[in-house]
Amino acid sequence: MRQTRREILPGVMMTCLQTDKFKTGLLSVNLLTRLSRETAAKNALIPSVLRRGTVSCPDMDAMAARLDSLYGARLEPAVRKKGEIQCVGFWADFVDEAWLPEGEGGLLEQIAALLGETLLAPNTRGGLLLPQYVDSEREKLLEDIRARVNDKISYSRYRMTELMCPAEDYAVDVLGTEEEAEAVGYVALTRHYRALLASSPVEVFYCGAADPERAQRAVRDALAALPRGELDMDLGTDIRMNRVEEGPRTFTDVMDVTQGKLAIGYRLGAAMEEPDMAALRVMNAVFGGGVSSKLFMNVREKLSLCYFASSGVDLVKGVMAVISGIEAADYDKALAEIGRQLQAVQDGDITDEELASAKRGLVNDLLSAADSAGALEAFWLEQNILGLEYGPEELAAFVEDVTREDVVKAASGIGCDMVYFLRGSEVDEDAED
Amino acid sequence: MQRIDWPAIGETLYTAKLPNGLPIFVVPKPGYRKSFACYMTNYGGADRRFTLAGERKDTPAGVAHYLEHKMFDMPEGNALMALEAAGANANAFTSEAETCYHFTCTERFDENLRTLLRFVSTPYYTQESVDKERGIISQEIRMYEDDPDDQVYMALMRLLFAHNPLRDDVAGTVESIQEITPQVLYDCHKVFYHPSNMALCVVGNADPEAVERAAREILTPESAPLPGRDYGPDETPEPVETRSERVMEVSAPLFLGGLKLGPAAKGPEGQRERLTAGLALRCLYGRSSPAYLDLYDKGLLNATFGCGAEYAAGQGYVLFGGESKDPQAAYDALLAAAEAVGQKGFDTALFDRQKKAAYGAQIRVLGDFRSLGVSLAEGCFAGCQPLDSFRELSAITCDDASAWVREHVVPSRAALSVVRPK
Repeated sequence: MRQTRREILPGVMMTCLQTDKFKTGLLSVNLLTRLSRETAAKNALIPSVLRRGTVSCPDMDAMAARLDSLYGARLEPAVRKKGEIQCVGFWADFVDEAWLPEGEGGLLEQIAALLGETLLAPNTRGGLLLPQYVDSEREKLLEDIRARVNDKISYSRYRMTELMCPAEDYAVDVLGTEEEAEAVGYVALTRHYRALLASSPVEVFYCGAADPERAQRAVRDALAALPRGELDMDLGTDIRMNRVEEGPRTFTDVMDVTQGKLAIGYRLGAAMEEPDMAALRVMNAVFGGGVSSKLFMNVREKLSLCYFASSGVDLVKGVMAVISGIEAADYDKALAEIGRQLQAVQDGDITDEELASAKRGLVNDLLSAADSAGALEAFWLEQNILGLEYGPEELAAFVEDVTREDVVKAASGIGCDMVYFLRGSEVDEDAED
Repeated sequence: MQRIDWPAIGETLYTAKLPNGLPIFVVPKPGYRKSFACYMTNYGGADRRFTLAGERKDTPAGVAHYLEHKMFDMPEGNALMALEAAGANANAFTSEAETCYHFTCTERFDENLRTLLRFVSTPYYTQESVDKERGIISQEIRMYEDDPDDQVYMALMRLLFAHNPLRDDVAGTVESIQEITPQVLYDCHKVFYHPSNMALCVVGNADPEAVERAAREILTPESAPLPGRDYGPDETPEPVETRSERVMEVSAPLFLGGLKLGPAAKGPEGQRERLTAGLALRCLYGRSSPAYLDLYDKGLLNATFGCGAEYAAGQGYVLFGGESKDPQAAYDALLAAAEAVGQKGFDTALFDRQKKAAYGAQIRVLGDFRSLGVSLAEGCFAGCQPLDSFRELSAITCDDASAWVREHVVPSRAALSVVRPK
């Protein structure tokens, strides 16, 4: 796999991975902007509105017909949160030319052009985004924001983050708030869209069989009309080292659910000063990353307290989250056991098998990522935002070298900052035992 | 092993059938480091009544899923841990029709494959371990009880089917799993986990001969008769009831429409039927169908909408649904769109575009090792070869798709399940 990275237009960086092992190509374009309560919903709305219609495909029917005739190519809005940066744009995937039945060519150029047109030449009237498109997509965004509550696991994680980081942009959900979304009108959104285009650094990613020069040319042509103003190059994420108060804060929501969801937020602390990404990943894997982790082995297998208990780290922000589904009556037991397992990691109470298993699992995940265009795209977007230049294979090699001492060091400064519990409304008789 | 090539899509398959009855499929993927393997039994949550040595057995709801949890127990420890320690990412799933054990790894493939074959063919259940699992599975069931997607689906199955065990949740209920004993698990393992009732599929960086060798060395050489299954009395073409509604903690109403397709055909005929259904549904309710786009524009559907034809426990059925502020209006409009197609047929330009798009979707599956591996096993159980579907797809005509809609997407076969917010 040949990798190149180049600035193809001012403030537009393009990462190309050339390989013929995939039968489909992947192209994504991401505008990077600061995640904030005031703009997150507007930013999230923009790609959905743009996707409704362009100058040459003015409505969804025309867009759909165009994509279907390009052998079912997909062009979808992508709105992601990386630390305190919101990444807004589109991703496309399409059959590689070698596998088109009639040997048709030029699919990459056609997809790049359609992506560029969707981003830069929407269907407008008098220079403004169409009010009916904005109204319709705003309603759908509001539905999505309200639907957060439907998945109790991700809702618990969202609520925990919001409560843990009240004064940090990180608390903002990638879709923004209901209040902001409700207030968006088409005139203001058009103005915001133009400003976003002009001020955002752009990350482009291509993975497929075409050589990088051809892919760069296709994207440069497609984005030729991108307005470039003063770019916001100071984008970044504020890493808070310590918890907000002296001890962990707690909060409970009551809803009509049968199973409680426990979500615990931690600050990674001192380890984020000069983060050893490989050691932090191994630490998370040992603690709660997989089926041989301490959380799975003890909270689930040994004590049968839950169906799932796992941890995840956000290395851009320097935080860790533990999520577990438990009976409300087991709250104290589960909380104590999770704390005990974290303490064991911090004390270096880690068996050779636990360390080796965690490393094997991570290495396998990283090497598998190199076999998936979608996983490579997500990996490189994060690396590029963090300013890191190594690929998944190199990171896998770093993981191999992580020692128990590295893990202990990575875990040493971890502090629990927020304990959030979502529980059912009925009083549980067993809880009195 | 027999080698079959599909040069047009750049794929090669190696296949063999062992004397014990086990079919093996290997699709090598040059240039990849990872390999996917699945060992799958043609046994799922709906296979509750069967014949064992001439004796009829009726098992509680949830046994197939309970077995899935307990299969990982080995006399020397937990197989999941062994696989993870050897660098494999392993898991399992149980559906109405099948139980699948699978892993992906980038190193020590042969060792992991042997672990997979060994643990799935070794029943090892003690009263203590079976009792202990009950707590974990109860929590899992409780989790589904809070999941609106799961609840809207189960309510629909109960509308559609009068007797078929598709009516019951694959995991069973907290009550039904109380009846599961080690003996029940041993009986079901004996009947359904014999290699003749299973399939072994590998996709990726693997040597076909080594896969066959591992299976020969580890699995029993004896063959066995296939189990007799009983899904209850014949189903009527119509649903039992046509409306269900319940209230849950959700933000917006959620709906799932269903259509009964009747008994599912097997073999190449069944494959053609399924491909026709898939293409017809893509034209009728897919993301670029006139019906979806119209309802999206009217605000009655959003991107959560999806549809597809399913085949399990001897039955075919269509599911279509998502969030909607007015489920009844969306459902009525979707059925009305089908009626219009039934009368006029699909527009040929639309059909031709959708066929191109369906081709692209099939190509995409080739890069998804898990989907490809699982589809090879499912194809084997259904008596067909999924890699032939590229050729089969091109033979389906616009008239075929229109006729399928005319016959199957009719109000008398349909039912609607809704979950509403408080």
